[in-house]
Amino acid sequence: MSTTVQTIHDEAPAEASRVHYLNASYGVKSWLLTTDHKRIALLYLVSITLMFFVGGAFAVLMRLHLVEPQGALVEPDTYNKLFTLHGILMIFFFLIPSIPATLGNFLVPMMVGARDLAFPKLNLLSWYVYMVGAILALYSTVAGGVDTGWTFYPPYSSTYSHTQVLPVAVGVFVMGFSSILTGLNFVVTIHKMRAPGLTWFRFPLFLWAIYATSIIMILGTPVVAITIFLLGLERILHVGIFDPTIGGDPVLFQHMFWFYSHPAVYIMVLPGMGVMSELITCFSRKRIFGYGFVAFSSMAIAVISFLVWGHHMFVTGQSIYAGLIFSVLSFLVAIPSAIKVFNWMATIYKGSISYQAPMLYALGFIGLFTMGGLTGLFLASLATDVHLNGTYFIVAHFHYIMVGGTVMAYLGGIHFWWPKITGRMYPDGWARFAALVIFVGFNLTFFPQFMLGYLGMPRRYAVYPAEFQVLNVMSSAGASILGVGYLIPLIYLAWSMRYGPPAGPNPWRAKGLEWETPSPPPTENFEEIPVVTTDAYDYANVGVTRG
Amino acid sequence: MAAHPVHPPGFAHQFEDMEQQREAGSLGMWVFLVTEIMFFGGMFASYTVYRALHLPAFETGSRLLNVRLGALNTAVLIASSLTMALAIHAAQVGKRKSTIIFYLLLTMLLGATFLGVKFTFEWHQDWMEGLIPGLNWAYSGPYALQVQMFFCFYFFMTGLHALHMVVGIGILTVLVVMSARGRFNDQYYAPLEITGLYWHFVDIVWIYLFPLLYLIGGRYALGGH
Repeated sequence: MSTTVQTIHDEAPAEASRVHYLNASYGVKSWLLTTDHKRIALLYLVSITLMFFVGGAFAVLMRLHLVEPQGALVEPDTYNKLFTLHGILMIFFFLIPSIPATLGNFLVPMMVGARDLAFPKLNLLSWYVYMVGAILALYSTVAGGVDTGWTFYPPYSSTYSHTQVLPVAVGVFVMGFSSILTGLNFVVTIHKMRAPGLTWFRFPLFLWAIYATSIIMILGTPVVAITIFLLGLERILHVGIFDPTIGGDPVLFQHMFWFYSHPAVYIMVLPGMGVMSELITCFSRKRIFGYGFVAFSSMAIAVISFLVWGHHMFVTGQSIYAGLIFSVLSFLVAIPSAIKVFNWMATIYKGSISYQAPMLYALGFIGLFTMGGLTGLFLASLATDVHLNGTYFIVAHFHYIMVGGTVMAYLGGIHFWWPKITGRMYPDGWARFAALVIFVGFNLTFFPQFMLGYLGMPRRYAVYPAEFQVLNVMSSAGASILGVGYLIPLIYLAWSMRYGPPAGPNPWRAKGLEWETPSPPPTENFEEIPVVTTDAYDYANVGVTRG
Repeated sequence: MAAHPVHPPGFAHQFEDMEQQREAGSLGMWVFLVTEIMFFGGMFASYTVYRALHLPAFETGSRLLNVRLGALNTAVLIASSLTMALAIHAAQVGKRKSTIIFYLLLTMLLGATFLGVKFTFEWHQDWMEGLIPGLNWAYSGPYALQVQMFFCFYFFMTGLHALHMVVGIGILTVLVVMSARGRFNDQYYAPLEITGLYWHFVDIVWIYLFPLLYLIGGRYALGGH
C-alpha cells in the first residue's frame, strides 16, 4: 500500500528528539490511565505473558510428574488441579486475548489508518476487566486450586467439587466481557474509521481475520457468560439447573458451553491466520495468492464455527442424527482452513524467500497447523472419535492447533512487529535459534501424544500403565526443550528494548500503513491521515531483499 | 484532511468529524445489543429446553405468577419507551432543555415504577408464598423440583432484566445532568439517541419475557390470579 502523503524517511530520525507514544509521557499513571491503543496493547502484552508463563509452569510440572508410570512428583488431587489450571489460564487468559488484544490492539487502528480505536476508554476498560478476571483466577490458584477441568462440566463443578470453583468461574465470566468489549471496538473501528480509499478489498488480510474473530467474540462469549452464571447460581443456591439429582440436565450445560467454546478455538486461531498472511507475503516478496479466497475463508470459518459444537459430544448421548450432521459440518470447516494453507503455499511458490525469524515461525505454523487440522478430521468422524475421544490423541490434536498454530503465529507476529512496537531490532541469530528450539521441542512433546492416544492412553490421569513410559518420557523431554525455547525470546526481546539497534520505520521493507509511520509511532499514529490508493501486498513495486 | 481548528462540544480526538463519531457510537450500541441478545438468548434457550422437558411443571409455575401486575408493568414499560422517544425528538427539533429533561425524568419515573411493582409487590408476594428457590422455598405441590426450576429461571430472567433497568436509569440520570448543562441541541444529541436504543431494547426483552413466563400454556383469557 502506498499513500499520497509521504511520511517515510529512509534513515531513522534522530531518536533522542522525536516524540513518540513511548516517550510522550512517563510514570505509572501515564500507563495505567492511558487510552492510547498502543500502550494498552503493551499492558495486555505484559499481562498475558505473565499468564502464559504461569500456565506453562503448570504444564512443565505435569510433564515432570508423568515421567514415572506411578507419577513422580505430586498427589493425584494436585495433578487434577495442575491440568485444570493449565487449561484455564492458557485458554481464557492467554490464547483468547493473545493476538487480538496485543497485536490486534496495536495494529488495527494503524492498518485502517486511524488515530485510535473507535472507543479508547472502552479499550482501557477491557484491560481492567481482563485484569480483574486474571487476578480472580490467580487468587484461586493460591487459595487451593480448582480440579474440574477447564470445561467446568457439572454436576462435578456445580455440586461435588470441594475446590475454588467459584472464584475461577467468576474470573472467566468477568474476563469474557473484556473479550466482548475488544470485539465490539474492532468491529466499529473497521466499519467506521477507515482511511480514505481503504476499501474492504484493500484490507491487509490481518484485518479480515480480526474482523471474523471479533464477530465470534461478540456472538459467542455472551452465551458462555450466561452458562457460567447459571452454573455459579446452581453452586451457590443448590437449585437444580444442571445437576440431574435435583432436576437439572448436565447435557444442556455441555451444549451451551461448546456453543461458545468451539467457536472460541477460532477466536484463538483466526488471528494467527491473519498474522500468517502478513508474514508469508512480506518474506516471499509477493502478493497473496487468491486474496478474495483467503479473506472470505476467514468469514466462512467464523460462520461454520457456530454449527459444529456437537462434535465435542459424540459420546455424550446426543441423538445419532445430530451426531451425523455435526460430523458433516465439522468436515466443512476443513475446506476454508485448507484454502488458507494452499494459498499460503502458492504465495511462497516462486517467491524470493528470506528466512528471517518471523518467516521461520510462519513456516512452522504451516506444517504444525496442517497436522493439527488433518488429525481433527479423525475426530470429526463419528466412528474413529469413539475410539479417540478422551485420549491423548485429542490433547495432541488441539495442541498442534493452539500451540503449533496460534503460539507460533503469535511469536512470529511479535517478532515481525517488534521493531514497530519498540523501534528497535532484536538479534536475528538468537531469534532464529529460538524458533528452531521451539519447533523441535514442540514436536517432541506432542507427536508422541498422538501415538499414546491412538494406543489408548486416556487424558487427565495422574498414572498410566508401564508400557507407555517411553513415549511419556519423550514427551516430557520435549516439554523441557519447549520451555527453554519460550524463555529465550523473553530474554533477548527484553534486552533489545534497551540495547537493540534502531529499526527505522520499515526494517522488513514491508507493505502496509503501519510501516509508513515512524517506529515507534507517534501517539496519533500518523502525522496526517493517509490516503490509500493501491491494493494490499503491493510487493511488485518493492526491490528484492534477502535476510 | 483538514485539521480541526474548533472542536464542537462532545467531540473525541480519534474521529475525523462529528458525523463519523455519531455513526460509530450508534453502530457500537447496535453491536452491544447483539451481544445482549446472545446473553439473554442463552437464558431463553435454556428456559425453552426445560419448558419442553417439564411442561406440566412449568405451566404450574406460570399459574403461580401474578399476571395482572405483569400486565401493568408491561404497559408502564411501553409508556416509558414512548417518553424516551419523545425526549430524543425534543432534542432533534431543538426544543428547550426543560422539555428534554421533563421527558427524561418521566422515563426514569416509569422505569422506577416498573421496578417498584416488581420488587415491592410481585417479589414480595413470592417471598410471602415461599416461592424463592434457595432462600425461601416452601412449595410442596406436584412436580416440586421442576416448579422450583421454573422459579429459578423466572428470577434469573426477570432479575437480569431488572438489573438492566437499574443501569438504564443510571444512564438516564447522567443524561439529565448533561441536559441541565445544556449539552444537547438539534446538532448534538447522539448520547440521547444511543441511550434510547438501549432503553427500547430492555423494553423489548420484557415484551418477550412477559408472554414466555406469564401467559403461554395453561392460562386462559379469564383465568389467572
